[in-house]
Amino acid sequence: MTEFWINMGPQHPMTHGLWNMKVQVDGETVTDAKPEIGYLHRGYEKIMEVREFQKNVVLTDRLCYVSSITWSHAYCLAVEKMMGIETPERGQWIRVVALELQRIASHLMWLAAYGPDLGLLTGLLWALRERELFLDLIQLMSGARMNQNYPRVGGVRNDLPDNFEAMCRRSIEHFLEKVDNEYQRVFQQSKVFHMRTEGVGKISAAEAIDWGVTGPNLRACGVNVDLRRLDPYEVYEEIDFEPQVWHDGGAGDSYARFVCRFNELRESCQIILQALEKMPKTGPYRVKAPRRAEGEGYAKTEDSRGEALFYVIGDGDDRPYRVKIRSPVFCTMAATPIMLRGNKLADSVAILGSVDVCVGEMDK
Amino acid sequence: MSAVVTSSPSITGRSVPGAEKEVLAQLKVAFGAKLKDAKVVRERLVEIVIDRAELVPVCTYLKDTLGFEHLSCVTAVDWKDHFESIYHIENYYNGCMVQVNAQIPYDDPKIATLTGLWHAADFLEREMWDLMGVEYTGHPNLTRILLPEDFKFHPLRKEFAQEVDRQYITRRKLRGGK
Repeated sequence: MTEFWINMGPQHPMTHGLWNMKVQVDGETVTDAKPEIGYLHRGYEKIMEVREFQKNVVLTDRLCYVSSITWSHAYCLAVEKMMGIETPERGQWIRVVALELQRIASHLMWLAAYGPDLGLLTGLLWALRERELFLDLIQLMSGARMNQNYPRVGGVRNDLPDNFEAMCRRSIEHFLEKVDNEYQRVFQQSKVFHMRTEGVGKISAAEAIDWGVTGPNLRACGVNVDLRRLDPYEVYEEIDFEPQVWHDGGAGDSYARFVCRFNELRESCQIILQALEKMPKTGPYRVKAPRRAEGEGYAKTEDSRGEALFYVIGDGDDRPYRVKIRSPVFCTMAATPIMLRGNKLADSVAILGSVDVCVGEMDK
Repeated sequence: MSAVVTSSPSITGRSVPGAEKEVLAQLKVAFGAKLKDAKVVRERLVEIVIDRAELVPVCTYLKDTLGFEHLSCVTAVDWKDHFESIYHIENYYNGCMVQVNAQIPYDDPKIATLTGLWHAADFLEREMWDLMGVEYTGHPNLTRILLPEDFKFHPLRKEFAQEVDRQYITRRKLRGGK
């Protein structure tokens, strides 16, 4: 049979953003794939060169609207390394709470998108319902639901409000109950869900490392790499948590990726509860950062989607000379043809949904 | 391609204290005077500066002998008198990161590709060629990735001016001053 190319995108319900996956099919089997990206390129690295260090925080928020705090935090961390300043202890704990709240909100957004990909509309409604709990907490903390502009070079913008701890505990308790009962039933205990996701989109651990796949997608291949553990930043060293790695057989398929992300929801809740416990109750949360800086600094953090890396160079001016953003999705996208090859065309949606694509950070 | 075993049991997920000093010592023994500069920047970060001719031998050594299996990031920097291609390479076994700064003359912005060592270099180098115009020789498919195919510039170069220098209006200006 003749092979031909099909455009899955740029306007396709699967893409969750604006990008195009060209797939070559032989009958129903995918023989090759070619991601086409760049539709959302806004020239971040160039724009940041003419703005002052603090003003860039608001830009980095918009790199990924689903996971703003993790991105602006990575930028702040890189600039702090360059300036040689360190956030006060309470500031670091507040950041950990903010990061984990954002991670849960981001994973729930992914879950809400992945459900309808597989025809599971209940998943969308439930996940977005619970995501609202965490957006409320973030709003309580920073004043905004999305694009929070919360981390600052040298700390965070404001202290936690008085009732935050109680609200946080109440929401997490409610959420964990939902995860253990409702979510577990509608996703993991559903036979149809298993049939759609198990065994499709396989990638081996060696290939994943070679192609630069990071984050939950790499841990789903059985590689125990979590930057919060491997290269601890902020106060993650003092927190006792278990990186979610897939240990059983059949590693690297869509189901393994789903389970790793899904279990991270619970793990992040535990991190937040621990952080609220161990956090010093008073103290400064921000230091004054110098306006001008010279040198270079880089920071890599465990973003919701993998390894986020900021590399900032300053030349003594109040603006960065060069900023480099390493987006985890950009590198994972290079590896998607491996996951797709040999699968059925109908499964490509189940595969690409499990990768968790965010076009904003991919195209920069 | 790689001699290092990539099976997961040997990756413990925890960093090894003091690994960066060991990596630096091994690099110094292997390459000696070819390293223009080599230092430990901070915990788990080594920085080396080399000429572009040494890039492939250094990276092959890093990957095959020292177990640096993850090419995290490729950055090109326009220093106005020369270019620099900067590689962040990570070791999952001990949590160490090596930053390789390869220097490139301004009038001949070419450097060897690393796609033979890491497939991850494919997209990363394409992006840097697209935005900065550093040519990675030997790359199998060096085409534009983020910008349109018919775009004629490399916008991250310093000579590519932005529309406005300062992006805000000062209060003094609002009041009618300069």
